Amino acid sequence: MSTQSIDQRKGRDEANPFVKWLRNNRRVLTSAGFLAAMLIVFIFANPNVFTQFRTYRSVMIILPISIFMVVPLVFITTAGEIDLAFPAIIGLASYSFALIVDSGGNAFLGLIAALVTGALFGFLNGALVVNLGLSALVSTLGMNFLLRGLINILAQGYSRPVSEIRGTVLQQILTGNHIFGIPNQMFWALLFAVFGMFLYNYHKFGVHTHCIGDHPGSSKEMGINVNRTRIMLFVFSGIGAAIAGIFSVMINFVWYPTTGDAMLLPVLAGIFVGGTPTWGGIGTVIGGVFGVSIVSFIETGVIAAGLTGFYTQFVYGIIIISSLIGHRLNGDRIR
Amino acid sequence: MSENIIELKNVVKSFGNVNAVDGISMTIKRGEVVGLIGDNGAGKSTLIKVLSGVHKPDGGEIYLRGQRVNNWNSARSRLSGIETVYQDRALAVQQSITRNIFMGREIVNRFGFVDTSKQYQEANRLMREIGFTSKVFDPDSPVATLSGGERQGVAIARALYFDADLIILDEPTTALSLTETNKVFSFIENVKARGRSILFIGHNIYHVYDIAERFIVLDRGRVILTLDKKDTPSAEYLIETMHDIARSGHTTSEVKA
Repeated sequence: MSTQSIDQRKGRDEANPFVKWLRNNRRVLTSAGFLAAMLIVFIFANPNVFTQFRTYRSVMIILPISIFMVVPLVFITTAGEIDLAFPAIIGLASYSFALIVDSGGNAFLGLIAALVTGALFGFLNGALVVNLGLSALVSTLGMNFLLRGLINILAQGYSRPVSEIRGTVLQQILTGNHIFGIPNQMFWALLFAVFGMFLYNYHKFGVHTHCIGDHPGSSKEMGINVNRTRIMLFVFSGIGAAIAGIFSVMINFVWYPTTGDAMLLPVLAGIFVGGTPTWGGIGTVIGGVFGVSIVSFIETGVIAAGLTGFYTQFVYGIIIISSLIGHRLNGDRIR
Repeated sequence: MSENIIELKNVVKSFGNVNAVDGISMTIKRGEVVGLIGDNGAGKSTLIKVLSGVHKPDGGEIYLRGQRVNNWNSARSRLSGIETVYQDRALAVQQSITRNIFMGREIVNRFGFVDTSKQYQEANRLMREIGFTSKVFDPDSPVATLSGGERQGVAIARALYFDADLIILDEPTTALSLTETNKVFSFIENVKARGRSILFIGHNIYHVYDIAERFIVLDRGRVILTLDKKDTPSAEYLIETMHDIARSGHTTSEVKA
């Protein structure tokens, strides 16, 4: 039996480098194409709004919060897990930041407190899933209720204005100085995404994440510390949530007891619209950035196109489902 | 007397009430090819998973080159020069061939970033060494695009690359074509010639007889017979002995063990 005959039988053919590149990046390219196509439709629907830079700038003010969150969530999804507790961790971590700043504490101290809070509750999520063997879907859902409830009990429904942060060095660096009219937070978010992309594709942590999501048994047999990596993934998600929470407070100059709550479904949708599938083992960080961008532009687009706000969810649904169909048509699931 | 690569003393591994490995003692010496045989449920797979570190033993001792080891696990087993080609190949099929070869032992810099070009080159070299000639896949291709024999090749390339002192092959010829089976045999000859040890697990007694110099027969979690090849006139003799064991549950030749 020659190798040639195996190839013919399996319908395999030799690919040139460009085709190979397209094939290896088809998921991120599909989501980029989807974003471009959607923007073109919006431009035709309302040229006045979508040819103006301020439309894009207004989206870029809050889009970074979703980017900080979607990057670790792509990792978690690739490992075959899910984290539904991130909205409450965003709320809780930013609460500890707001508390320290509002009581006259140092903003850097607040920042560290928020990161520690995020990492700690991420670790708790990981321990429940890994050490006690709970389902990630159900236990993080429960954790989301638990921590949001904790926030409500602690804050008693009151918001915390943190206007004293406005104009400080930290605020200027993170969310100030609009370079070319682009808010600073957008640069930080993109930097975070590029860091995440390298971590995901080229670092041992990211490579192990892929292997675990692909086949946990094989990963264990090959000596990957599956449990430790899984816990670290939830810690990473908690840290992402803390950063998202800090930026949310730095952008709004007020902490609400509901901070992060509205992000659950749009950010989750962003993961999958961006090209990371639910079954684990593969995914794309940059695709996730395109995914949350698509979701963020929908609302602006729907209103600008002259439809009322009643249409927003309807259009969300159409775009999420058609993008999944797009990813499916563009390549078969191989596992 | 050549050095012991690994020695088990009275090792026990249970799952619930079942003692899958029930007090096994055995040694594998440097350069030795040992055949591990036994019926389904004899404890072969559990035993090799203890050797490779997937299962922590519940009792007994493991000695590596004469040194007692504690906290035995897969990573430790691989670092001490034991590579295992599992029956299920232990592959992650959506990942590239390169990623699979280096899974768990990536070539990294001190910040943990993978040297992808080094890994690619090494994978490319290994693939040619074990006779992958197809032009339709390269080290970047996902393992899912490979045939069964090709996948086995990836699993073997992994064992080859790390130049292990002991290679454990769990049913390496299952579901392979004749040509592919011959490739596995020539790989074993190659490893043997380099003075490495092999533990070969197989259902096909003829294969095991041809390859191994010593046979360990398991039954219900225990070693019931150890035979040197010079005391085993033929594969038929081996099969006959195993039938006796299956009928009676024990053997009369235990004195040999």
